[in-house]
Order: sequence, then C-alpha cells, then structure tokens
Amino acid sequence: MPERKIRVMVAKPGLDGHDRGARILARCFRDAGFEVVYTGCHQTPEQIAAAAIQEDVDLVGLSCLSGAHRVLFPRVVEILREKDAQDITVIGGGIIPEQDFPALYSSGIKAIFTPGASLDSIVEWIRTNIKPH
Amino acid sequence: MYFSKEMQEASLKLNKKWADKVQKSLKTNPDQKERFTTVSDTEIKRLYTPEDIKDINFAEDISVPGEFPYLRGNQVTGYRGRHWTFRMFSGMGSAQDTNHRWHMLLREGQTGLSTAFDFPTLMGYDSDSSKALGEVGKCGVAIDTLEDFLALMEGIPLDEVTTSMTINPPATVLFAMYCAVADIKGVPLTKIGGTIQNDMLKEFIAQKTFMCPPEPSVKLISDTVEFGTKFVPRWNTISISGYHIREAGSTAVQELAFTIRDGIEYVEDVIRHKGLNVDDFAPRLSFFFNSHIDFFEEICKLRAARRIWAKIMRDRFHAQNPRSMWLRFHTQTAGCSLAAQQPYNNVVRTTVEGLAAVLGGTQSLHTNSLDEVFCLPSEHAAELALRTQQILAEETGVANTIDPLAGSYFIETLTNEIEEATWDYIHKIDDMGGMIAAIEKGFPQMEIADASYKFQRQLENSEKIMVGVNKYSTNKQHPIPLVEISEEIGDQQIKRLQDVRRKRDSRAAMKSLDNIKNACKKGENVMPHCIEAVKNLATLQEICDVYREVYGEYRDPGLY
Repeated sequence: MPERKIRVMVAKPGLDGHDRGARILARCFRDAGFEVVYTGCHQTPEQIAAAAIQEDVDLVGLSCLSGAHRVLFPRVVEILREKDAQDITVIGGGIIPEQDFPALYSSGIKAIFTPGASLDSIVEWIRTNIKPH
Repeated sequence: MYFSKEMQEASLKLNKKWADKVQKSLKTNPDQKERFTTVSDTEIKRLYTPEDIKDINFAEDISVPGEFPYLRGNQVTGYRGRHWTFRMFSGMGSAQDTNHRWHMLLREGQTGLSTAFDFPTLMGYDSDSSKALGEVGKCGVAIDTLEDFLALMEGIPLDEVTTSMTINPPATVLFAMYCAVADIKGVPLTKIGGTIQNDMLKEFIAQKTFMCPPEPSVKLISDTVEFGTKFVPRWNTISISGYHIREAGSTAVQELAFTIRDGIEYVEDVIRHKGLNVDDFAPRLSFFFNSHIDFFEEICKLRAARRIWAKIMRDRFHAQNPRSMWLRFHTQTAGCSLAAQQPYNNVVRTTVEGLAAVLGGTQSLHTNSLDEVFCLPSEHAAELALRTQQILAEETGVANTIDPLAGSYFIETLTNEIEEATWDYIHKIDDMGGMIAAIEKGFPQMEIADASYKFQRQLENSEKIMVGVNKYSTNKQHPIPLVEISEEIGDQQIKRLQDVRRKRDSRAAMKSLDNIKNACKKGENVMPHCIEAVKNLATLQEICDVYREVYGEYRDPGLY
C-alpha cells in the first residue's frame, strides 16, 4: 500500500482578509506533495476545527495578520481538544509579535512562522514533525 | 519623434556603434544577471533611444497638462497651486483614540483625513458579534453606531477637511453616518467633501472584505453614486482601487487593468440602472493606486492610467465633460514591499515609493510607517512618514515642474507598453462578459495568485532581492517600539454599544430597518433610509443584516 500523504489544512480564522501568504502556502504545500485543503477567509475557530476533523488532516496551519491570533489560535486548539482531536497538530503564522509566542506555545500551538520565513523552511518543519496518521 | 530622416539615420548609426561596443565589453565585463526585470517581472532593456518612441505623436499621445489624453496630469498648473493632499490612513481602538490621532496629524500639517476601520466594522458586524472575537479595535477604529461616529468626528470641521473612509460592504452605512453627523452639526450636505472606498469588485478579486454577492453589492454602490450625485456633490462615492489588488501580489499591469475594468463595470451599472448621464457622475469617480518599489514602473503605470481612462471615457462612454475623463487618484506606498527584518530600511523604501507617486502625478498620498509590517503605526512612526512626504513636497524640488520625466525614451516606452498590456486584459475581460463574470470564473483571482506565487519563488531563489530579507541579512537587532491594542478596548466598546441599545428608541430603530428592507426589495435607493436608520441609532450590523437577509451572503471560494 502506498504511503499516505501528509494532509494539511491552511485556514484563515477571523475576519482578516490578508490571504496572500495563506494562498501561497497552500500552493507551496501542494507542490511539495502534500494533500491540501484551503478554507478561504473568514472562518470561525469552530468551523476550522470541524473542517479539520471532517477532512481528517494531520496539520492545521492558521494564518492571521489582524492581531486576532491571540484569541483565535488558542481557541482552535481548545476546540480540537474538546472534540478529542488533539492528534491534529496546529501551527500558526502571520504578523505575530514575539512577545505573544510564549502564550501561543503554551496554548498548544506547535510552531509559529513570521514574515521572512522561507517556504522551504516551513515545508521542512512539516516533513520533520508530522507523520501522516 | 524624429524631426527628419537625417536625424533618424544619425541616431540609428549611433545605436549600432553602441551595440557593437556592448558586445565587446560583455566579453570581459559580463552582466550580473541574465535578465533585468521590474518587480512585476517585465523585462527592461539596457538602453532606450529615440528609436523606441519614433511612432509617438506628441499632440495626440503626450500633449500638455489639462489636455486630452491627460497623460501629464489633469491640472494645468501641476503642484504649483497646491501640493497633493497629505492624507495618512489612520484608525485604532476606539473612536476617541482615533480622533486623538487625527488631531495630532492635523496639527502636524496633514491636509486630509483617512479612516482605517477594524475588521468587524469593515465586514458589517457589531463589536459584540461572535464573529468579532479578538478583532475589535485591532486593525482600525471600531464603529457600531452613530454615537461612535460623532465621537470620531469631534472637533473636525466637516466643511473644511475632507475625509476618506476605507469602507466597502457597509459603505452605505458609513456614508449615511457622515451625512447624519453633518446634519446634526448644521453643515449642509453640499458643503461636505470626502471619499468612501465603496469598491466591492476588488474585494472579490483581492481584499476579501465581502458581505453580499457581486450583483447586489454593485447595486448598493450605484445607490451611493446616485445619492451623492444628487445631494452630496463634493463626495467621491467610489474610490476604484488597485491598491489591494497589488498587495495581494498582482503585477503593475494587473493592478491597472483590473482596477480600470472594475471602473468600467461601475459606470455601466449606474448608467443602466440609475438612468444618469455619464457626465452627471463620472467627475466624482476617484481611483486609488499602489506605489510599489520599482520606481519607473510605478511612474509609468500612473501616467498610463490617466491616458487609458481618458480614452475609455471619451470613446467607450462618449463623455463630453473633460472632468469625466480625468483620472484622479490617491496613492499609498506598498505595504507588501516592506520588511520585518531591519525595519528602519522601510523608511527608505517608502521615500522612493512616495517619490514615484509624486512623479506619477498623484492627487493624494499616504506614506507607510516603518512599523506597519508589525502593527498599527506608533505616533512617532506616523509622524516620520508624514514628514517624508512633506520633505518630498517642500525640499526636493520634484514638484517644481509638471511631469518632469515626460519625453524620456524609457519612460514613454514603458508607459506605452503598460498601456498596451492593460488593454489586452480589458479586452479579455470584455470578452468574458465583464468583470462580474470574470470574477465568477475566478479569472482575476487566479492571475494574481500566479503572479504572487511566482514572485515568492523568485524571492526564495534570490532572483528578486529584498535587502535584509534574502541579502545583506544580519543578526544585529535594532528593535522598534510597537503599538499594542489591548483586549480591554473590545470590552469597553461592547459596553458602549450595549448602552446605546438600551437607551435608544428601539421601535424607531426597527421601523427604519424595515424601511431599508422594503427599499432593498423594491430596488429603491437605500441611502435616505440608511440616514434615517443611523439617526435612530440602528447599529452597523443591524443594517448589514438586512442586506444579508435580502441579498444573501457571499463566501470566499478559497481559490489558490
């Protein structure tokens, strides 16, 4: 049986419409051989968690550039836990000030990528840290 | 451009001589790279000569300022009579916070206001909506009711200062609030001036702040155009925007083409559905462009924009009034050209981009602050950005003469090339049945996605360079102070909103919402009803919910 591909969901929580980075990453992940689901903009944490479970993804990548990450990122992790889906890894990116990192990590976000992170470095992180379940 | 055959022969001879020398020189001094391109990946030649512009007819193609095709500007006196408007985009936290920043900017010599709203306001949600979680006051000012708007405009002379509002799906509501504040303050609507962005097509294409599907969205825009034309004659009811298209990753040509094609769509809709003559409203259409880092490309794009729009107005819409043919525009320097690494470099980038906007003949300018890659601008960073354009205006001498780069072999060639490539896109979208049809096919969205992905790849393999990002990077840190909007701002805003809901005459508010609903259903103009509703303290979301109910909601198709 062929090895299952890594399934990634790129998600835009909140009302932020800055989706250039998210869409570039979605395409980059596809080119890297992952299976990709892109939610489009304006998703609530509830919608994202439900879609991640429904689509049976290994990883959720959240992108937010509005400043709402502090509230929305931890909320996604929390709902996944409530729904017994803590095996789905959640990472985040966007405009995230460094002082917010500790709180995000302790809420369960596994990695944070900010402006300047190369596409290759993100793909590499996923290959190293995510095993398809 | 040649005046005689002899001149052409002499010129061609020199070109040949130079080309031979280049071939020889390259053997010992090869170029640093194979292709020299603009940031949009348009290839640029090593040298431009009279041969490149030999077919230009000065009177028809270039002309003088204030004459068709307005390539050199609409105003016959250029910047000598008046500089461009120094208009810094600004908004944060509560209405009071933003009002405080506005008064600071006006004291420091800003000449026009420009409002940044937070995401809930931009999307038509109240601050206490579950959709607004974590977003209140973050990316701009939170406005829920007329009470907030009154606080925002406190001490601002409505008949002296013009105010631009970056607002799209709820543009009718914010325009109504502005009119209501004018009424309350006793300033006649004929005296107020400003702009609502109110350009929904580019939201579907790029900025992604949408509410209802494209057709009803355009209907609401036409309502504001009709209302403005009749009652608020100094108001720019649409700011047809390329800025966000460019920020989403488009090329310069895509920015120009999609923006102008959006403009055509709005003009057609108003003529078709409102029965107005093109010359009744076209003079109040305004535009908004990006000024990116590729200096000459931006100048040429802005020059080409004026000539293309003038031709469209004359030839496609048969406008008679020269003002209908004027493409008047605001420019903002490119947020996406800035880097989080070595943030002080952003001041330099913004200066170059601001200069390009001025040499392209902008009527109004926002210069980005160095910290805008991280957060809303600090007071000091905003002041520095304002000073940047004041230095351009007052010290550098670039505003002394009109369109100083006209006649340059390179500038005129690139202007022509950008124009031609823009027409190709416009015709292509015409063939698809117009911009709404093109959006439904995902055409502009995917063109931009392709361009942005290509650029990112070029950045990753160092075909394109960003200083401090993929070249000249360093571990030295020079951190800058960052503005933080606290979560408490949201709690305070929610309390204010709930107080208003408690104290208002709810029956009157609900009645006026019914009137809006009826107007929507009958296809009547919603604007008079919106003004009544905001005066009765109906909230932003209550009005937008009426639109969502009647017209339906648009969801991001998530193209990538």
